[in-house]
Amino acid sequence: MDLSYGKEYDTFRTEVLSFLEQHKDSAPKNPALRSPEAIAWQKTLIDAGYFARTIPSEFGGHGGQPDILKSRIIAEEFARARMHPGMGGQGISMLVPTLLESGTEEQKKQFIEPTLHGEMLWCQGYSEPGAGSDLAALRTAAVLDGDEWVINGQKIWTSTAHLADWIFCLVRTEPDAPKHQGISFLLFSMDTPGIEIRPLVDMTGNANFNEVFFTDVRVPKGQIVGARGEGWKVANTILKHERGSLADPNAMQHRLNGLIELLETETVDGTRVIDIPSFRDRLMKISGRVMAAKCNDLRLLSNSINKTGGSPLAGMVTKLQGTELRHELESLAIDAMGEIGLAFGDNPHLRGGGSWQYQYMYFLGLIIGGGTSQIQKNIISERALGMPKEPKIPAAKNQKGAA
Amino acid sequence: MEFGLSEEQTLLQDSVKRLLTEQYPLDSVRAYAAGDDDAGKLRTSLAQMGITALLIDEAHAGVGLGLLDAALVAEALGSGTAPVPFAASVVMVPRALMLGGSDDQKDRWLPQLAAGEITAGAALSELTGARQDASVEANNGKLTGRSMFVIDFDADIYLVADVNGQLHIVEASASGLTQAEFKTVDATRKLGELKFDNVEAEPLNCTPEQVASILDWGRVVLAADSLGAAQTMLDQAVAYAMQREQFNRVIASFQAVKHMCAEMAASLEPCRAMVWYAGYSADAQLEDSRQYALHTKAHLSEVSQFVARTATEVHGGMGFTDLVGLHYWFKRIGANRQLLGSPERLRNDAALDADLIREQNTKEKVA
Repeated sequence: MDLSYGKEYDTFRTEVLSFLEQHKDSAPKNPALRSPEAIAWQKTLIDAGYFARTIPSEFGGHGGQPDILKSRIIAEEFARARMHPGMGGQGISMLVPTLLESGTEEQKKQFIEPTLHGEMLWCQGYSEPGAGSDLAALRTAAVLDGDEWVINGQKIWTSTAHLADWIFCLVRTEPDAPKHQGISFLLFSMDTPGIEIRPLVDMTGNANFNEVFFTDVRVPKGQIVGARGEGWKVANTILKHERGSLADPNAMQHRLNGLIELLETETVDGTRVIDIPSFRDRLMKISGRVMAAKCNDLRLLSNSINKTGGSPLAGMVTKLQGTELRHELESLAIDAMGEIGLAFGDNPHLRGGGSWQYQYMYFLGLIIGGGTSQIQKNIISERALGMPKEPKIPAAKNQKGAA
Repeated sequence: MEFGLSEEQTLLQDSVKRLLTEQYPLDSVRAYAAGDDDAGKLRTSLAQMGITALLIDEAHAGVGLGLLDAALVAEALGSGTAPVPFAASVVMVPRALMLGGSDDQKDRWLPQLAAGEITAGAALSELTGARQDASVEANNGKLTGRSMFVIDFDADIYLVADVNGQLHIVEASASGLTQAEFKTVDATRKLGELKFDNVEAEPLNCTPEQVASILDWGRVVLAADSLGAAQTMLDQAVAYAMQREQFNRVIASFQAVKHMCAEMAASLEPCRAMVWYAGYSADAQLEDSRQYALHTKAHLSEVSQFVARTATEVHGGMGFTDLVGLHYWFKRIGANRQLLGSPERLRNDAALDADLIREQNTKEKVA
């Protein structure tokens, strides 16, 4: 056990801190997508090595050596300084790693740089109305017609579809192959004729997601990542990545600090909520769970630095545990506020900009999205505990009276 | 940066686990619980391995290891429901003597404890919530009163807290001392009551912070014991589900059963890292060591209780019987939960320690 980062990293942290100090006034706070200031900040971050650090410079990255501790230090210090850490989004977090792993040289050159620089925005076309937890059952079809794929079908839960320039999309190209081997990974412009986007308003009142319809959408044959029928494999190399990022314990700690502040400020009959034992006990229970999650995260960090590969279970539990815990944390905040916790929209009594209600609902979405809690439990029991899969039963459509 | 166990630590834990599997299987635990075996051979083997000397410094014939190492051993002992003194005899009492003992006291007691020649109990429960009228008063170096829940009972010496939070060492043979074993659900460890009638005691010179840390060390090893016990219960539940058949299938193939097991694993696995960190933080004397000790004990109490119940349920009716013996682990987890502070109490102490609340009325007298 040795939790010190060592001298080299102390020096690196000092460099990061001085960069943050130097840019604290010029950094944009919450820049709009595609805005010149967002794009300029993105470039500053990449040049300094604080964004796209390990992506080769020929593709528009910084070209640094992979170093998990340095990445961790950057994340820690940017969060502490509340400095904008650069753009997120599925193009950067999902597509770029996929292309680096499975793309052709030409695809890497064409797509990675504008994506990293915030000039090309992406959406992800994976889920379908009939393919949620059973994603590999997807049916959106792509049929080769000369030099073009012709795509017909529907996607759902497509976040940022209305903003995206391009989509990376899973389609069925080999209808006769077993379901996991009939899928391909295609890239195409959202300007292509035949694409219709319908916003999907969710319980938060926002349209965080969309439905996307494809009618005879024609896409050049070469815009495929990996070989025909290998789309499932291509997509899966990074799905694990998404699961981990939905349950960041540092974000959890940040929300917990806010929750403590809330319980110290809100009063009932003149008594601070934190002085009410039942509320305090719920708070401390959640604190304990956040502490356990942070320790688990340190263990995972250490495993990846030291390449011990140990404890796959510790990694498999983070999405399940983290999203459930966040949902409970946000729910305690609402209970602590009582009727004030119901405030919504432009209600003048709103606390924390309405983030407690929003996050409470949003995390229910995350419990369901990215592999539901039930799917996570299947993964844990099958892959970590070695328990068997459910036996297959005939599909519902073959049964009389099934919907 | 390395968050994990050293080779020596893994070896230490594995060797204790192996010893228990080889020398003290469930049948032996049953025999102990029935009073047909005193686990003397097991205690000797552990002493020969240096377990009793774990935390004692080398100047007093000890090994000089830390709380993380002790927690790893405790986890192994919990996984095998080993009926041996540990939390008091190997952890809290040696720690108290090392922190607050005079040279004479250290020379007198530590080498004997290290060698496993004597055992030590801890009469500290009045510091973490006195029940009924229990309390011990010190008058001119003599103790009078009652301590109700003495951990690692039936010992040669006792660490006793008086009503002011002052610690004392009392010999079991001291005149005026009455010992009465207190039968509990957990038949794998001894708990008892001490009555003092003007009993000769040697005071230790510990600060209130040191007394708090002695309790915290005990809490971390009890949490680790529950971690080990809960892991065994989970492993047994999975193994049972893999061989038990109903409806022409092993029950491990039903999602209802799989999800119960996954929930246990998902709750328990982060606890392992938490116990490691709590031990490390205490050893490195980090600022968060008190918070982690209190929360680790409270959190492990909740998770292990959930695992104990769920693992029993996975076994169906068999889990409820004496035949598979799961109840030894179930009860041990239940005992760990109450000792040295219930989870509610510890969470309140953690809130006090973090200055989240100001009222002191329920605060531990020593902290």
